[in-house]
Amino acid sequence: MDRFIRLVGRDLRLAQRHGFDSLLVVVFFVIAVVLFPFGVGPEPNILARIAAGIIWVAALLASMLSLERLLQADYEDGSLELLVLSPVTLEVIVLAKILAHWLTTGLPLIIAAPLLAVLLNMNVEGFAILILALLLGTPTLSLMGAVGAGLILGSRRGGVLLSLLVLPLYIPVLIFGVGAVDAAIAGFAFKAQILILAGLFLGTLALCPWATAAAIRQALE
Amino acid sequence: MHRFANPKRFMRLSGVLLPWTAGLSIVLIGAGIYLALFGSPSDYQQGQSVRMMYVHVPAAWMSLFCYTSMAVAAAVALIWKHPLADLAAKSAAPIGACFTFLALVTGSLWGKPMWGTWWVWDARLTSVLILFFLYLGYMALINAFDDPTRGYRAASILVLVGFVNVPIIKFSVDWWNTLHQPASVFKMGGPAIHPSMLTPLLLVGVGYTTYFLWVLMVRMRTEILAGKIRAARLRQVRGPVSAEG
Repeated sequence: MDRFIRLVGRDLRLAQRHGFDSLLVVVFFVIAVVLFPFGVGPEPNILARIAAGIIWVAALLASMLSLERLLQADYEDGSLELLVLSPVTLEVIVLAKILAHWLTTGLPLIIAAPLLAVLLNMNVEGFAILILALLLGTPTLSLMGAVGAGLILGSRRGGVLLSLLVLPLYIPVLIFGVGAVDAAIAGFAFKAQILILAGLFLGTLALCPWATAAAIRQALE
Repeated sequence: MHRFANPKRFMRLSGVLLPWTAGLSIVLIGAGIYLALFGSPSDYQQGQSVRMMYVHVPAAWMSLFCYTSMAVAAAVALIWKHPLADLAAKSAAPIGACFTFLALVTGSLWGKPMWGTWWVWDARLTSVLILFFLYLGYMALINAFDDPTRGYRAASILVLVGFVNVPIIKFSVDWWNTLHQPASVFKMGGPAIHPSMLTPLLLVGVGYTTYFLWVLMVRMRTEILAGKIRAARLRQVRGPVSAEG
């Protein structure tokens, strides 16, 4: 546990020394969301109807943009190899990196989401559920994305390829995330969608570190 | 299985099987389509448009079958490092992608007269579309590395991760009550359609499968030959050096 915390701390310190450029992801998130009123027109009713979808899709894309940084930098300077050789289990190392990644990208997204929901005129009933759904969804995105990040280590055009690999697997999270918020706004029960999001989170929490570790091992062979 | 790990033996065996699978697929698909167009009844509700089922449904079966074979081949490659398993998965991917595309397009063409729409975001159509993207992602990943071995290994993991989509597709019509009709053939209690419709359906299905095996063998033979050419080119480049060394 102590090693786990130290690994998380290492990645957070690295992010800090790079000037928190992970926050650029949040800037992308905000800009992407702000583009939609220019595209579909500023009429409040229309924006309110599609607000949940816009925020979720933008969160997905922003999350995906930041994934390359999860493993690529360590792979390039050789520290990933040292981590693999260390006595700590690779799955634990991967989990620590994913946690640090979520803290630097997912959490700022969740903080920015309510502000953007105001910009898109989303109904008040949806705010709390949006935050809850994003709290369950963004770690799931980080976990699933980590598998993709491990698979593209050392490949050509890794960033674009990562989106093709990971976006199909993201779609269930998107469907249930938006479904939960829309159900809450319409006054229907949203417990089922939240439970499914929680189930997806727990499932990926169990399986993705293992798959990512397998991907890293085959990349370093 | 390890007997067939020898590429030379595989080339011999596939050379023998190739004309048979080719002929069998042409005969089965031909017979199936003949029965589908002329030997089977029209539907009481859909009229003649039901005959699209005989192309659409077996193509959808094949899209799942191809992905499952790729997943099995990927697992064999990762666990036992069987040399031909990687080739099998790589060769099967474009065939599976084409069957998936065929299923989506024929389904869309069938949906317009039947449901009144080219596309609807119901559970089965969405999950089959995701399957199509998984095929494309696999083909992109395999070719994304300068070292082919890296590509095979990474893509094997991707196939296994994406396999969770296959049971979702199969049970999507049971779990969600949406537009696409529930299962009529592969369900508990056996097929629920009349033999006059079931026979051409199964004929085309088996025909598609033999077609898949035919094209799979052709592609695998091509991959083996391409590997030989690559090795010969490397030898040609390195040749003068090793003569002195």
